Amino acid sequence: MTDVLVCVKRVPDASGEVVLTPDGSSVDGRYAGYTMSAHEECAVEIAASVAGESGGSVTVLTLGDDDSVEQLRAALAVGAHEAVRVDAVADDYGPADVAAAIAEVVRSREASGSGFGLVLVGNDAADTGDHQVGIRLAHLLDRPVVAGAQQVAISGDRVDVRVGTAAGTEVYDLPLPAVLTVLEGGVEPRYPNISGRMKAKKAPIEVVEPAVVPQGSGRLGLRVLPPPESNVELLGEGAAAAPRLVEVLREMGVVR
Amino acid sequence: MSVLVVVEPDEGAEGGLSVVSRETLTLARAMPGGAAGLAAVLVGGVGAPDEAVLAHCREQGVDTLYVCGDERLERYAARAWAKVTGAAVEAGGAAYLVAGGTPRGNEVLAHVAATRGVPMATNVVAVVQEDPVEVERQVVGGAVLERVALSGSPAIASVAGHAVVPEASPTPGEAQVEQVAVELTEADLTAQVVRLEAREGGDTSALTGADVVVGAGRGVGGADRFADVEALAARLGGAVGVSRVVTSLGWRPHHEQVGQTGSRIAPDLYLACGISGAIQHWAGCSSSKTIIAVNTDGEAPMVTQARYAVLGDMHEVLPAVLAELGEP
Repeated sequence: MTDVLVCVKRVPDASGEVVLTPDGSSVDGRYAGYTMSAHEECAVEIAASVAGESGGSVTVLTLGDDDSVEQLRAALAVGAHEAVRVDAVADDYGPADVAAAIAEVVRSREASGSGFGLVLVGNDAADTGDHQVGIRLAHLLDRPVVAGAQQVAISGDRVDVRVGTAAGTEVYDLPLPAVLTVLEGGVEPRYPNISGRMKAKKAPIEVVEPAVVPQGSGRLGLRVLPPPESNVELLGEGAAAAPRLVEVLREMGVVR
Repeated sequence: MSVLVVVEPDEGAEGGLSVVSRETLTLARAMPGGAAGLAAVLVGGVGAPDEAVLAHCREQGVDTLYVCGDERLERYAARAWAKVTGAAVEAGGAAYLVAGGTPRGNEVLAHVAATRGVPMATNVVAVVQEDPVEVERQVVGGAVLERVALSGSPAIASVAGHAVVPEASPTPGEAQVEQVAVELTEADLTAQVVRLEAREGGDTSALTGADVVVGAGRGVGGADRFADVEALAARLGGAVGVSRVVTSLGWRPHHEQVGQTGSRIAPDLYLACGISGAIQHWAGCSSSKTIIAVNTDGEAPMVTQARYAVLGDMHEVLPAVLAELGEP
C-alpha cells in the first residue's frame, strides 16, 4: 500500500493575454484564469493510478491563499482522497521556501504515523518554471529523487520510474520512500465525472500554517514583452498561394 | 572571480558539444569575470573528452575543462554529477555556476543549489547588471521577463535554450583538462539510470535537431488527417511537430509536441499549419529562423507574428504545395 502526496500549484492560465499588476510585481489575477500546471495534472493522474493499484491513498497539497482551493478540488475530483492547503501568500515564497514548507508537512505526517511512500511534484511550474522544488524537497527529506518522471510503477518497496529523453527512455529503480518530479507526456490526465465533481465540492480541506519564514525568490520585478510588430508578408490565399510559397522555400534553400 | 559552465557532450552527427552548451558558454563570457576566467565541467561523459569537445571549448574561451573518470558515472545519476560539479566549483574557485536549461542542466544545478542551500535562477536570457548581479529570466512560458537578484556562493543560473546565439570567443581558451576526484557514496548513486530503452519513432532529437519542422495544430482536424503534414515534412527532409492541443486530443504522441512543456525548436524553417500560436506554443518555436503560417484566421498570433503567411485551409494548401514541389 503506497500513500502518495502530490503537490500542485495554482498558476495563471497563460493561453490568453498576460497582464501584470500596476507595480509589475506579479500577474494580475483580475485578468487571468487559473489552472494547475500540465505536469501536475499528470502527477495527479500518476498518484491516483499508483495509489489505486496498491490500495493506498492520495493526498493533494498546495501552498497558497483560499482561492487555491479550486486546484485542490480539481485534484479531488479526479482521484485524490484528501487535500491540504498550506495557508500562505504564494508570491512571497521562493522555490526553497516551498520545498521547506512541503517538507514540514511530510515530516509532520510521518510523526503522526501516516507518512508518504511517494511524493510527486510537477517538474516545473507553468508560471515560475523553477525546476528545483522537488529536488530541494528530496534533499530536505534525505530521499532519492528522479526528475522528469513520466511513467511510474510500484513493486513492493521499490518504484520503477521511466523518463523520456532524446536518446530513448531512461529507466530508474529506486527504493521507497522517494520523491519524483513529473513531466507531461507519459500519462493522460483523466477528466472529472459528475460524481467526482460533487464529491470534491463537499470534501473537507485541511488548512495548515506554514512552518517556515519565506526568504523569497529574489524577484525584483516583471515586465511583459511588447508584442512584436507584425511584418508578415501574405503569400496568397488557399491553393493558389502554393507557387509563391514554394518560391519562398526555394529562396530559403530548404527544398531538396 | 570566474565562471564555471556545465557542458554536455552531443553524440549527434557533428559530435562535440551540444548547441545549448555553446550558447551557454557564450552567455557565460558576458558574466562578471567570465571573459577572464571561464571554466567548464563536462557532465555526462566519463573519462577523456573527445577532441571535438576540446575544440569547441577552446573556441568558446574555456581555459580549464574539468572531467571525471569514475566509471560508476557511466550511467547517469544527477546527484553524483552534482557532486562532480560542486568539486569543480571548489577546484576553480568559481563565483558563478551556469548550465544550459536542459533537463540535465537544470537537474544537476538544482542538486548543487540544494546541497549548498543557495538560490538558483532558471531560464535566464540576459545579465542586466553586473554588481550586484541581476539577470532577466523567462517566466509564464516566455511571455513575461522577471528580473532577479542572483545571489549565493556560487551564484547559480540556467540559461534558456536559444536565448543567445553561440559565437566564438575573440580569445580562444587553452581547454586544459583537469580530472575531478570525488568520493561517491551509495546515496549519490541510488537514483541512477539502470537501463536505456530505445524508442521506435519516438526520437525527440529528430525534432529538436531538424532544419525544417512542419507543425500542425487543431486545424488539422483529426488523428487520421496528418498525411499531408507527414508528406511535406518528408519532402523537405524535416520533422513533424505539433501543438499541445494535438497531443491532448491524443492525435499524436507527446514527443512531437512543440512548446513550453514539449520540445523547444530552432529550425531554419517552421511551417506552422492550423496552429493559432498560444503563448505556450511560442515558447517552443519562437527561435525558429523563419516562420511561415498557414491558417484560416488572419488574426491568429501565429499568422501576425510569422514572416510569411498563407490564408486558407491547410488541407487545400498543403496538397497544392506538394504538387508544386514535385518529386525531389
